[in-house]
This record gives sequence, structure tokens and C-alpha cells, in this order.
Amino acid sequence: MSEDVMKKIQEQIDKNNIILYMKGSKDMPMCGFSARVVQLLNSFNVPYETVDVLQDPQIRQGIKDFSNWPTIPQLYVKGKFVGGCDICIELQESGELEPIVKSAGE
Amino acid sequence: MDPEIIKSIIEKGMKTSYVHVEGDGTHFNAIIVSDEFEGKLPVERHKLVYSALGETMKEQIHALSMKTLTPSQWENK
Repeated sequence: MSEDVMKKIQEQIDKNNIILYMKGSKDMPMCGFSARVVQLLNSFNVPYETVDVLQDPQIRQGIKDFSNWPTIPQLYVKGKFVGGCDICIELQESGELEPIVKSAGE
Repeated sequence: MDPEIIKSIIEKGMKTSYVHVEGDGTHFNAIIVSDEFEGKLPVERHKLVYSALGETMKEQIHALSMKTLTPSQWENK
């Protein structure tokens, strides 16, 4: 991965307490897994940023390398990689997701 | 891909006490129980499974949903 892409991703993550790398936008997710995570985040009523990886092939590949994670979506909270769709659902079911997200959204 | 193939690759690649994979050939759901998951965050658990799968599902990996449990979590389910 090029240094520039890595730097750009690091900046996005640093600048936004809650940031979701996804396919499509909040209003129009282009993949069921992305849509599911958007739905979860919306339910918490906190502000969050999204990056549409379909708009930028370098970010699309770059975020996978950056996180060492093979799939999109990817959720970062306060600079830490939380997980993809399965993990967000898992954390939601165990009640752990809300405190993680809400503490970052305030 | 046959879910049984995915199951056997996971079993070969890591220490597990229970693996179940089902799917229709394009989308798969897996339950993996391993004491290697003890004390690990979900992200780290999934990474263990990804590394057990290696190159096998690199292209299709997005089609795999998984639940990763420790033996005690599995018992209490």
C-alpha cells in the first residue's frame, strides 16, 4: 500500500471519533452488511462519519491492508478498529456496542 | 464451495473443539468454538479464523459470516 493512502486513512480515523468504511452512503448503502451497521449506528443517535470505499479503489484496498481485515464494512471508534458487520452484531447482542459508540459520540 | 470443505480447512488451520459451517454455496454461516479464543477480542478471534482459512477464501471471504465462541461461552449458550 502506498504511504499516501495509509496517511490519508490514519488522518480520517484520527479526525473522526466514529468512522465507518462502507459501500455506499448512510442514506444509500450499496451492500447489506454495510446497511446493517449503518442501521445499528443510527439507532444510537450519535454523529458519525462514513467513507464510501466504492468512490475510491485505493481506499477500498487500503483500509483492508491498514486493518489487516479482509472485508468491508469496517468500524473505527476513537482510533480503534472495532470490527466488521458480524462483530458489530455480536457486540450489539451482548450489549457491548452501545457503550463503546456512545462514549465516543458525546 | 462445499461448506464441509470450509469446515475441514478451519479445523486443520487452528485448534477447535467444534466447527459448524452451513451455506448454499455462495453464502456461509459458521460457528467456531475454540479455547484459542479465550481472552481475545472479537476482532482477534475473527483474525485467527481468517488466518486459518489462508488463501482459500480470499476472494469469497465476504460471503462468510461467523460466530466465534470459547468453550465456556458455547456451553452457556
